[in-house]
Amino acid sequence: MKLMRFSEIENHLKKFKVGIAGAGGLGSNCAASLARSGVGTLVIADFDKVELSNISRQFYFIDQVGMMKTTALKENLKRIRPEMNVVIHQTVLTEKNIPSIFRDCHVIVEAFDRADMKQMLVETVQKELTGIPLIVGSGLAGWGNTEILKFRKIDETLYICGDEMSEATDDYPPLAPRVSIVANMQANAVIEILMRKS
Amino acid sequence: MKILLNNREEEFERDVMTVSQMLELKKFTFRMRIIKINGELISKEKYDFAEIQDGDNVQMLYLMSGG
Repeated sequence: MKLMRFSEIENHLKKFKVGIAGAGGLGSNCAASLARSGVGTLVIADFDKVELSNISRQFYFIDQVGMMKTTALKENLKRIRPEMNVVIHQTVLTEKNIPSIFRDCHVIVEAFDRADMKQMLVETVQKELTGIPLIVGSGLAGWGNTEILKFRKIDETLYICGDEMSEATDDYPPLAPRVSIVANMQANAVIEILMRKS
Repeated sequence: MKILLNNREEEFERDVMTVSQMLELKKFTFRMRIIKINGELISKEKYDFAEIQDGDNVQMLYLMSGG
């Protein structure tokens, strides 16, 4: 690893654009870390509103309940780094719109809730946006079990963060620490990829 | 046949198999997954037809709800 001052790292990261598919526990927390680190542009897509139950683990505040997540997240990210670009798409992501929304991103973060949506996104990005690295989050429900959370590189375009086994359900919900750990594993992978780029 | 399954060598008593057959033989029951054979993503509609051959590098990842 090259030794660099933080000002140089920020300067480097500012050149890049990162896509975030979903603005829930993974997406909102990952976006916050990328904003703090200096990534220049985030392209964030989500269709949902902030609900009271989201406050347990997502990067939103009580006074934002009822707002669109994309709008609320943009507001919060701008409070961290006013000069960054936050492009928001308030829409349901599908096979049809994913390619155009994330076309010019240098890396894409998969931050959906439902497994079938994750599968759709991975298949679409890998087929339609060939060559863009995708960081998937899978397996983060519950608490503890930190030692089984892992980062795997499948190949140059596909990486996975999580334990690949803890499925979230009503009786086995995601909690802030574990979701944030995985969200930050994803952010860490994004930074690793961007720092290798010139 | 010998294949590389998630970087581990695995042996099967046949010369060729489809993705669906491999999942059945290995008793992989998770519903949502991504499979790549030699770096090429196999979409779920193709599991019954896509063939795995001797020496192939098969990568599989599991998708769990939550995020």
